[in-house]
Formats: sequence, structure tokens, C-alpha cells
Amino acid sequence: MKALVISALRLARTTPFRLAVLYLAMFVLSVALILAVVYRTTAGFLESEIGETIALEVAGLQDQYRGQGLRGLVDAVRDRSATSHTNSVYLLTTPGGVILAGNLSAWPTAVPDASGWTHFKVAEYGGTSDRPSTAMAVTFTLPGKFRLLVGRDMSEIDQLRGRMIASLRWILAVTALLGLGGGLLVARGAMRRIEAINRTTRQIMAGDLTGRVPRSGGGDEIDRLAGNLNAMLDQIERLMTGMRQVTESVAHDLRTPLTRLRSRIELALIHETEDPEVYRAVLQETIAEADRLLATFTALLSIAEAESGAKRTELEPVKLAEPVRIAADLYEPVAEDKGQTLVTDIRGEPVVRGNGQLLAQAVSNLLDNAIKYTPEGGRIALVLEGAAHGRGPRVTIADNGPGIPSDMREKVLQRFVRLDTARASPGNGLGLSLVDAVARLHGARLVLEDNAPGLRISLEFPANGGTFATPPH
Amino acid sequence: MKVLVIEDDRQAASYLAKGLKEAGHVVDVANDGKEGLFLAGSEHYDVMIVDRMLPGRDGLSLVEILRATGNDTPVLFLSALGSVDDRVKGLKAGGDDYLTKPFAFSELLARIEVLVRRRSAAQPQTKLTVADLELDLLSRTVKRAGKPIELLPREFALLEFMMRNAGSVVTRTMMLENVWDYHFDPQTNVIDVHIARLRQKIDKDFSVPLIHTVRGAGYSLRAPQ
Repeated sequence: MKALVISALRLARTTPFRLAVLYLAMFVLSVALILAVVYRTTAGFLESEIGETIALEVAGLQDQYRGQGLRGLVDAVRDRSATSHTNSVYLLTTPGGVILAGNLSAWPTAVPDASGWTHFKVAEYGGTSDRPSTAMAVTFTLPGKFRLLVGRDMSEIDQLRGRMIASLRWILAVTALLGLGGGLLVARGAMRRIEAINRTTRQIMAGDLTGRVPRSGGGDEIDRLAGNLNAMLDQIERLMTGMRQVTESVAHDLRTPLTRLRSRIELALIHETEDPEVYRAVLQETIAEADRLLATFTALLSIAEAESGAKRTELEPVKLAEPVRIAADLYEPVAEDKGQTLVTDIRGEPVVRGNGQLLAQAVSNLLDNAIKYTPEGGRIALVLEGAAHGRGPRVTIADNGPGIPSDMREKVLQRFVRLDTARASPGNGLGLSLVDAVARLHGARLVLEDNAPGLRISLEFPANGGTFATPPH
Repeated sequence: MKVLVIEDDRQAASYLAKGLKEAGHVVDVANDGKEGLFLAGSEHYDVMIVDRMLPGRDGLSLVEILRATGNDTPVLFLSALGSVDDRVKGLKAGGDDYLTKPFAFSELLARIEVLVRRRSAAQPQTKLTVADLELDLLSRTVKRAGKPIELLPREFALLEFMMRNAGSVVTRTMMLENVWDYHFDPQTNVIDVHIARLRQKIDKDFSVPLIHTVRGAGYSLRAPQ
């Protein structure tokens, strides 16, 4: 019982319930207003009907009086009063108040209202009808101070009125009940769905990021809210996973060289020698190792900077051919040294909003990778295309090296991930991560495809300087 | 030469001063912007090394004030801020070069030397000459011992940069910045490959090499002693 009261109280505090109650109040009010108008119109119509009947009676009696004088009037009243079950009331008295004819026991004490109608209870004046109803009547004073009252019992209209009021009450009660019930039902339905969202958020706040809001699939605003929340949670989970991975990778990839560094110095200290060249060699190796570590940090910082999007406001128009030419110029002899052919094909002069330095570094990283992983005698093509056929400018680097297996293409964009698990070739596993971050900073996407054989990697900029509808990842 | 170091981190300042002195320079150290401004105004220096982040007055506004008062001593900014935009801001404020911490000391030495040299050889030249190597900036031709040498445009630009700084050490990052306008460290031996190409054309057929490798620092183009 107590639980029921508590849940009812909780329900009463919800927005849907409050809205339902407000709606109900408005609804009941308008129904009551309509019913009141119907009642007033109907009652008014009936009253005017009675008024006309009375006027006809009076006209008939007037004819009698005019034709046959008081005698005729008395007869006529007596005649009419004698009719049983009549709804009309009559009373004709002498100036002294003695009843000459009629079906009332006394002259009503009620005073006529402004429009000349006298209202009184028929039963109190011993009328022929014993119905507890009122009557409305007109009174006349005839020559010689005789007094005439002609009226009509209003029991029918009273009854009708009573029945109308009773049914109107019922209508109101049923309306209110249905409205309240419906409101509660709607409120509970909405609340249950919002409660589901709350449960999920609490679960997530407690640290479980895998929770998702259930969706009804109806596509209404709560469903859309749930969908958006889920999309947001996916994004947060992805970022958190990324962060955790980075932290773990940083711990691993920086601790290893630091450990190497430390043991190298320690060994040099243990092996005492007079030869300064030995120490010099150790120190040089130490510096080289430290430089590699610093380079890793610099790369991480660059990625973080590009990823934060803080530079997005500082983007300016860049001729895409410039960073492409710089990178090509820089790496051409390197490829040649490895017996590879690097062909640069600049087919357009597109301008994008961007950061020239970061773009140059991105293209350089891609070329560096292509040269590093393509065997001697390989062929590397660097192609820049302008916007065409609903797509934006594109920089493509294609090689005929070993390529990247399709299931690894997504993974190589992550920080510190290297296909070369033996780590035989130099590199820190951050090159593609930086390219990916630079791409996203420019609203571009990085597409890795099979060049059959080899890898074709494209930096695709959005058409018309816009952004892609679906963000990469 | 005489160097003013404006650096608030005392440890870093004394390390800088020690290294510069060992390289044969005379060094004054200021630990904040006010002191730096006073020293820069009262003494003549060949070059100033200014930390970008200083307490009280930051390095950028300090250099702006110096430039506004007509002081045109070359300034090299040191900064932990390494982004392209920070660099551009530093150069806009009147700095002549920008070096991101942490840096190799050899890099700093090479850079200040080039800065001072650039200031003293301000008059425009049309021909650069080192020993028997001649580079004509107008006809864009190169000759060694009177024999014409064919160079690609980027090789020409690289050689020009080295000849302008003949006798000094030029580091790999300096070459990347000045020849390619590339402000990142590519982490691979790209520059070494380019130098190797240049050597093929400049030094291979001659008994006396002009391009020298400076271990742990970079390269130097110089006439035989």
C-alpha cells in the first residue's frame, strides 16, 4: 500500500503527468462550458414556450370576458380548472380575496419579477397537481378589483432540467475519469521510457560504459533522444578506449627505450675503463635514444593538437599542390636511393581550407611509409586530383608493396600500432595516426584500399569545402 | 661573439651560458624580462636568445619593445610551444629564428652563428664563391674549377643555402626550414640523401671535398684550410 502511494507520488511529480493533468483541466473546463451553454439554451427555449402557452390561455380568457363579462370568465376558468391533469393553473378572486374559480387554494404571496412573471410552488397552494414543482403565472386586475391569475405548472421543464443536470454531471465525471486515467497511462508510459534512460545513465556513471538506452523503434522524440544518447555513448566509449590504449601504449613504447637508455648508462658505469672513446660512444647512443623518445613525444603532441580541433579556426586557404610538391621533392631522392620509382602526377590545383605545414607532414608521412614498406624496385605513385563528380580534391599514394590486410586497415590508424610486429624497420607507429588526425582536422577522410598488389591510401577532402555526412570512424 | 640569454629558468639559463661559453662566446644572463630589457638597452650584443614565456613580461612583447625602440639585434626565440602558429607569432613579433625545446645544443649554436652572419652580410649578392666553387644567382648556374655543374632546382637551393652559410654548421632542420619551408622533423634520413646527391655532383670528381659532415650536428660547406 505504502509502495503504491510512493509510486503514485512519484508519478504525480513527472512532467508527462503534470501535462496530462493540465490538459485534463482544460478539457473538463471546455466540456463544462459547452454543457452550460446547451443547458441555458434548452431551458430558455422551454421557458419561452411556456410563456407563449400562457399568452394563448390569457387571450382565450380575454375573449370570454369581453363577450360574456365576469360571469363568462368565471365559467371559463371553472371549466378549464376542472380538466384533470392539466398543467395550467388558474385563480379568479373577488376584491376581498374570495376565490370565485380556479385550481389553487390561495393567492400566491410571491411578488412578480421585472418581466411580470410570478414564480411559486404549486404544492403550497393546493393545486390540483401534487407535484413538487414550481409554476410561472401572470396576474391581472380586472375592473371592480377582481383579480385573475393564469399560469402553468413547470414540472415538465423542471424534470427535464433535473435530468439534464444529472446527465451533465455524469458526462463531466466520466470525462474527468477518462482524462485522468488516460493521462496517468500516458504519463506512466513516457516515464517508464525516461526511467530506462535514467537507469542507463546511472549505470554509466557507475563506470560501466557498455550500457545503452533501449529504443522503441517508433521514431518519436524520446526514441530519437535515446538514439542520440547512444551515438554519444558510442563516441565516448570509442574515445575512452582510445585513451586507454594510448596510455597503455605510451607506457609500453616509452618505457622500453627508457629502460634501454638506463641500462646502457648503467653498464658504462660498471665497466670502468680509461678509454674516453667508450664513454663518448655510450653518450652518443644515449643522445640518439633520447632524441627518438623526444620525437615520439613531439608526434604524440602533434596528433593531440590536430585531434583537439583547436586549430580548426586557424585554417586558411591552402593550394593543395604546394604541400604535395614539398613532400614529393623531399622524398624523391629517397625513393630513388631504394631503387624505387616515385611518380608525382599533379592533375589539378585545388584549394582547400587547411594548414599547409600539417598537410605537408601528412603527405610526407604517407610517402615515408610507402618508401619504407615497398621493396626495392617498387613503384610509388603520388597523385593529386581536383574536385570532380560530386567529390572533393584527393591526394592518393599508391604503391605495389605488401599492402595492408583489409582487417588491419582500421587498426593501423591507431597510435603505436605497427604491422611490423618485430619492429625491424625504424618508426614509432605514430605516422598514420598523425595523418588520420590531420585528415579529420581538415574534415577529410583517410581511405585505405587494396592496390592489387600494394596499398592505395587516399586523403579525400569533402566536396565544396563542406564536411562528410558521416564522420570517419 | 657576445650573447644575451633571457631565460627565467635558472638551471636552463646556466646550462645555456655554460655551453655558449665553451663554444667561445661571451654570455650575459637575464632572469626576467625587465632585467633583459635593461641589459639589451645598455650593452651591445651580437645575438639574443629569448625565452618566449617569461614571468612579468613575456618574450614576445619584450622583443616587440626592443624592435620599436630601434634595436635590431638578431633574436632567437626559445619555446616549449612548438606549433606552426606559435612559430609564426614569434617571427611576427620581430624574432629572427625560433627553436622549440628541447633542442640539441649544436642546433642552437649553428642557428645563432647563421643569424649573426646573415646580419653582417646584408648587402645583396649575385655571386657566391667558396674556394673554386662558384654559384651565380642571376644565371642560376654552378661551376667548380671553371667546369659547369648541372643541378636540379632543389639541389641549387640547397647549395645556395650552404654557400650563404659557408664555414658555419648548418643542421638538418635548418635546411628543411630554409630550403623546403618544412617545419617538422621527418625523423628519417631525407636530408642525408639530398646531401649525398649534392656531394655526387660537387665533390665526387675533385680531390678536395667542400661539403663536410659535422657529427651530431649537421653539415658544413667550407674551403680547405
